[in-house]
Amino acid sequence: MSALSVTAATPDPALLDLPWDVPLELWPNDTIAALPKGISRHLVRFVHLGGEVVAVKETLAELARSEYELLRTLQRLSIPCVDPVAVIVGRTQSDGEALEPVLVTRHLRFSMPYRALFSRTLRPDTAVRLVDALALLLVRLHIVGFFWGDVSLSNTLFRRDAGAFAAYLVDAETGEFHEHGLSAGQREHDLEIAQVNIAGELLDLQAGGRLDDDIDPIETSHGIVSQYRSLWNELTGPEQFAQSERWRINARVQRLNALGFDIEELSIHTDESGSTVHIQPKVVDAGHHSRRLLQLTGIDAQENQARRLLNDLDAYLARHPAAGDDPEQLAHEWVERVFEPVVNAVPRELRGKLEPAELFHQLLDHRWFLSQQQDRDVPLAEALTSYLDSVLRHRRDEAAMYNPPTGAITLPIDIVDEPEADWRSKV
Amino acid sequence: MATVTFENATRLYPGSSRPAVDSIDLTIEDGEFLVLVGPSGCGKSTTLRMLAGLEEVTSGSIHIGDRNVTDVPPKDRDIAMVFQNYALYPHMTVAENMGFALKIAGVPKEERAERVLEAAKMLDLEPYLARKPKALSGGQRQRVAMGRAIVRQPQVFLMDEPLSNLDAKLRVQTRTQIASLQRRLGITTVYVTHDQTEALTMGDRIAVLKDGVLQQVGTPRELYEAPTNVFVAGFIGSPAMNLFPADVADGGVRFGSMTVPVERASLADAGDSVTIGVRPEDVVVSRTGEGLRVDVDVVEELGADGYLYGHTEVNGNRVDIVARVDGRDHPDAGETVYITPEPHHLHVFDRESGERLVPPITD
Repeated sequence: MSALSVTAATPDPALLDLPWDVPLELWPNDTIAALPKGISRHLVRFVHLGGEVVAVKETLAELARSEYELLRTLQRLSIPCVDPVAVIVGRTQSDGEALEPVLVTRHLRFSMPYRALFSRTLRPDTAVRLVDALALLLVRLHIVGFFWGDVSLSNTLFRRDAGAFAAYLVDAETGEFHEHGLSAGQREHDLEIAQVNIAGELLDLQAGGRLDDDIDPIETSHGIVSQYRSLWNELTGPEQFAQSERWRINARVQRLNALGFDIEELSIHTDESGSTVHIQPKVVDAGHHSRRLLQLTGIDAQENQARRLLNDLDAYLARHPAAGDDPEQLAHEWVERVFEPVVNAVPRELRGKLEPAELFHQLLDHRWFLSQQQDRDVPLAEALTSYLDSVLRHRRDEAAMYNPPTGAITLPIDIVDEPEADWRSKV
Repeated sequence: MATVTFENATRLYPGSSRPAVDSIDLTIEDGEFLVLVGPSGCGKSTTLRMLAGLEEVTSGSIHIGDRNVTDVPPKDRDIAMVFQNYALYPHMTVAENMGFALKIAGVPKEERAERVLEAAKMLDLEPYLARKPKALSGGQRQRVAMGRAIVRQPQVFLMDEPLSNLDAKLRVQTRTQIASLQRRLGITTVYVTHDQTEALTMGDRIAVLKDGVLQQVGTPRELYEAPTNVFVAGFIGSPAMNLFPADVADGGVRFGSMTVPVERASLADAGDSVTIGVRPEDVVVSRTGEGLRVDVDVVEELGADGYLYGHTEVNGNRVDIVARVDGRDHPDAGETVYITPEPHHLHVFDRESGERLVPPITD
């Protein structure tokens, strides 16, 4: 392996210790974090690297390089996606035979494939939240001029986000950046691909007996189209109104804030008579709440988690009206007196179960539930004890959920003879 | 099934002064397999995407059959992009994998079954309809993926470098399968590739593009035997045609110590010098001393045949030369040989414009 070539932004020396001279399929068990089998074009395996887990995908050199660059560009644009670690080419076996190049990406802690988000069957509310999260991701990608080409639940990882999900792009192999923005045709094509793939994925769950009876796969797949369109219109659509209704400018800004977006640039012009105003957002930026939370407290959270934490922070500020104190100082106080004590009270062995911000959100939910049940204001410390014992302890660890994983059916397997059902009944 | 017509179709990106696709006029016949080929950035993918509705047409128009589709959304154009997605769902039968997209389109159940059966027959997949994809070989899985496009019964198939993520061996296999399947189906197909070998082996006709401009459209044979300009001459064929400058002489062009006869009329407007082209198999190699003197650098043996790689000097400039030689009996590296062209297979191009000067070779 003299000609091994590694391209990496921040190379981890431990990368060189992995057995690059062995086909990925045959890597020894002590390096493998899980053995995936599922739906993908290429063989993907999860591998231990230092204290982390990375996904290693065998692919063609030019595809590995272009995907690495696409992921780096998406990261620069603050689009949620997996973290590209390295491209490795020039692999050879000890007998000199060439091996396929690989793309290495870092596993996102607390992110999960959609199949890991339910234990037995996918329930309707979860399905809708997954599709909504994917629609939001697709809108954000299209706004920055990225055509995905293979939009699907399988090519996405999901992180819990205060009752909703935040979607992360995992597979950019078919993606393309268009510097002049996407045409309507390109956006429509991505949407059609999304719809077909989601329908296929849900029908597959149904065929495997893992879909709730109340879910109609086709109808749910239509959901991405309507959700995408309403988001797209809200984020980019023009609006016009009479001069006397100028309050609608602020209303639009507030609606976008509520969706989690800030307007960076809004075009406003009036017609010649001056009686009608036209507005259209030109540049929008996701992360309205998470940015504000980060600025005030230094806590990095998903958008809905941030919204939840900010609500609690606001309530804290209302309870502690100290004239003259600036909000940042009070926010700092909230972190020290409320947030951190909760996080630090979680026993070490339970810390891999949920991210701190998600845990805090669930604790607030739990306190609300207890207060309703007991018809009194349950203090946070009391709710915390109850939450740790009756909820958190019984959850599975989600810090490194890559099983059931995504992966590849790449190799032919012997024909399995099943009882020949009439295929017509299933088409 | 339908014809596809590009009329003066142009794609100009905002802020760009040169069109990505420049006034393309092209008619693709009903049932034809047309390959768009050219180097990276030549506009071949943009042309395909204009037909698919993914790129706007800045001026001109595109017709599928009699229908002007220039402003029709992609999903209403009755086209299918093949191989955009290889996903096969493990818990669904082959039949379900092939037919589920028809459910989304609201096709009634009876008709779904009919269409799936029809496609499966064409793809030799009928015995597997009730099975799960894990029971299939790699090639069968690809046919199922193809089946997903076929059941939609589109008027036109579009394929954009569909083999680019396959390894070399599977690529050659799949190339043959796609070409023979297309002939069986008889569905008009537009196929994009940067690989001229793929173009030559698959297409009924090939359209060569460069810098957004259509250079030549023709059968593989036409492009090979009568390239319309220096670009097509150098792009089509592997190893590439030898192209170098030559002086015009009385009755022909100078080729080292000899003059190769070229019809006077062809050279009437050529000036003092032309570009000549000779394919490696049309180079005659000898040790006689007549023709162009070439120093042999290396000989690549491929069994029955071999390729001689050497160099010569024309007007003080080094020119690399490739010649096909006998695989068993050939000069060796370090030797000096003389080459002459098969006179019937000499291509002559204008030195300035690069356009072909002699008429097509017809024998």
